[in-house]
Amino acid sequence: MLALRNIVKQYANHRALDDISMDIPEGKIFGLLGPNGAGKTSLIRIINQITAPDSGSIYFDNELLSPKHIEQIGYLPEERGLYKKMKVGEQMIYLAQLKGLSKTEAKNRLFYWFDKLDISTWWDKKIEDLSKGMQQKVQFIATVLHEPKLIILDEPFSGFDPVNAQIIQEEILALNKKGATIIYSTHRMETVEELCDNIALIDKSKKVLDGAVKDIKKQYQNQTYHIQYKGNLPVELETNVLYELLAFTAQEDMHTIKIKIHPQYALNDVLTQLIPYVHIYQVQEIVPTIHDIFIEKVTQTSHLHEQN
Amino acid sequence: MNKIKLIIQREYLTRVRKKSFLLTTFLVPLFFIGMYVGVILLTKKSFDETHAYVYIVDETQEVMEKLNSSKNVTYIKENLDLTTQINSRAKEDDKMSILHIPKDFYATEKVDFLSHEKPSLSIEAEIKDTLNSIIKDKKYETYGITKDVRRSIKSNVSIQSKEIKDGGTTEESNTEVAMAISLALSILVYISLFLYGSQVMRGIIEEKSSRIIEVIISSVKPFQLMMGKIVGIGLVGLTQFALWIIVSIFLITVVGSSLVSQEEFTSHVMESQGQKMNASEPMSFNGETFSEVFQLLQSVNFTEIIVCFFIFFLGGYLIYSALFAAVGSAVDSETEASQFTMPITMPLLLTYALSFGVLINNPHGAVATWLSFIPFTSPIAMLVRIPFGVPTWQIVVSALLLIIGFIVTTWIAARIYRVGILMYGKKASYKELIKWFKYKS
Repeated sequence: MLALRNIVKQYANHRALDDISMDIPEGKIFGLLGPNGAGKTSLIRIINQITAPDSGSIYFDNELLSPKHIEQIGYLPEERGLYKKMKVGEQMIYLAQLKGLSKTEAKNRLFYWFDKLDISTWWDKKIEDLSKGMQQKVQFIATVLHEPKLIILDEPFSGFDPVNAQIIQEEILALNKKGATIIYSTHRMETVEELCDNIALIDKSKKVLDGAVKDIKKQYQNQTYHIQYKGNLPVELETNVLYELLAFTAQEDMHTIKIKIHPQYALNDVLTQLIPYVHIYQVQEIVPTIHDIFIEKVTQTSHLHEQN
Repeated sequence: MNKIKLIIQREYLTRVRKKSFLLTTFLVPLFFIGMYVGVILLTKKSFDETHAYVYIVDETQEVMEKLNSSKNVTYIKENLDLTTQINSRAKEDDKMSILHIPKDFYATEKVDFLSHEKPSLSIEAEIKDTLNSIIKDKKYETYGITKDVRRSIKSNVSIQSKEIKDGGTTEESNTEVAMAISLALSILVYISLFLYGSQVMRGIIEEKSSRIIEVIISSVKPFQLMMGKIVGIGLVGLTQFALWIIVSIFLITVVGSSLVSQEEFTSHVMESQGQKMNASEPMSFNGETFSEVFQLLQSVNFTEIIVCFFIFFLGGYLIYSALFAAVGSAVDSETEASQFTMPITMPLLLTYALSFGVLINNPHGAVATWLSFIPFTSPIAMLVRIPFGVPTWQIVVSALLLIIGFIVTTWIAARIYRVGILMYGKKASYKELIKWFKYKS
């Protein structure tokens, strides 16, 4: 769907994007992750053709990205904003027309959306008379009204209460189901695993990680387990050639250890060693969350930077 | 192209539909006409206030009959002596006064003026003049100079200024009328350039601070948005002018006719009062001055002025609104903008100030001519010169320079604008602006 090749963006004295390449597959929800100031917004602006890269190229459906693609992209910026003094309906029509819809078409689609989200009574209200959450809802509609093939959402849930966040999330999934590719930029990791098929992690202007969420998680599984047991572990088993003991907790006679098994061994090897001494109740693999991977990666790169 | 039309449409409609637009459309002409009416009424009122009623006590027995009541002074001629007059007038109101002309008036050239308040300077001067001419008449008489001789000595030179036109024909011109029109044009252009230019700036700051800018320029090019805004607001300005002209014409006909009938009415009242007083002349505004002014106005080439006004207003607006747009894009708030608006409007302010001096006193001098060619100053300078008659080639050259100026300014402004609108929290300096200008797109 979208292919970025060696994108570089240089501002006066800092490099916002340093040789970024990535592929955004068609019909997927693509998580664009990174800490504040990593370069996410710069990248999104380049995809939206708001600014141009200093070097590198972008392909939209295998064509070089050009102004004619604008109508196929919907963009919800992180900093929301609408004309405060303009009426909701009028403003929505205007924004849709700028994206190439005809007035009647825009109206029809708006009626559908306003009905669907139960906000028909807002049509003649001025934006400034709406609450912040209401404005966000309106802006979300403005983003997707022209049925873009590529929807770019920068922190779409900020400012929503949990109920409305849920509604918007469902709408995003529904749009995706209908075939829209979605770029979801955020630093709220808990929603990433729920929504995203693929992610890319940007830190300090560089891409540090990308791929399918499944694959990345698999890659970061590092044989860490919680083992719950009753009985006492002999001292020689607390540190062992097979694994490293990361944590130990005891609740009455129930004990839990967190261990990281060394790469050359498997869980079964550990269990055969433990079973003679203790009564095992539960074994659970600790799968790293994207959140953990994010933090690990970001702290890693900052360490690297410090060393440099 | 279609998108720029949409932007122009939005900028135009949102402004024209505002209540404030309607309000200014009707209030501004009302204000000016109200001011005009107010001046007339105030003059009438001040006439009543400054008018003096003077009782004459004449001991020479001959000066009194030569005193004629005028616009400001009404002489009341009663044959009473000074003490009775003082006694009878002492209790009367403040406006009453007594002019005592002693027996030896012709010799001493001295009179007494008795009143409750010190008389105003103009009244004093008028009475002095009248008495002086009475003495003069008397002296002419004693030297034996007849009225005919005096009339033949009197001279009155008048200058009839005529303009030499390109074709070698001459045309009557009137400097005062040209001056009045020049100043009116200067004020009008100055105010409207500021008014609509800063509207462009405010619109851009609004888009920037409400953050809608990012949504819009993900759909259109920054240049389209900037030009759409400038053109849209320019059209608002033209609409406003057109409406002002229509509303003014309407108000002048309505108010004008009612004012005339009121004048007739007041003059009737005064006439009857005057008869009662048995002395004063009826006062009225004579129609002569009105028709005179009308005739002078007819000698002015209004078509040329209006066409030039639209050309130079539009040109000036496009240049200055582009500059205002660049400023608006560079700042986050209006308060921050003032440090930039000051320098960019300096040429405008300077020409405006000069239009009251050098430009109008010497409209064909070097300063005026040069200023009317420089694109930043020509919108005012050329319009000030036009009522005095400017060769067509100069107007054409100046207009062409204005167009070139507008293209260059817009190009520079657009380069700053496209970077500026996406910059937040960065304190813009001139160095920064130059850097933005140099960014490649």
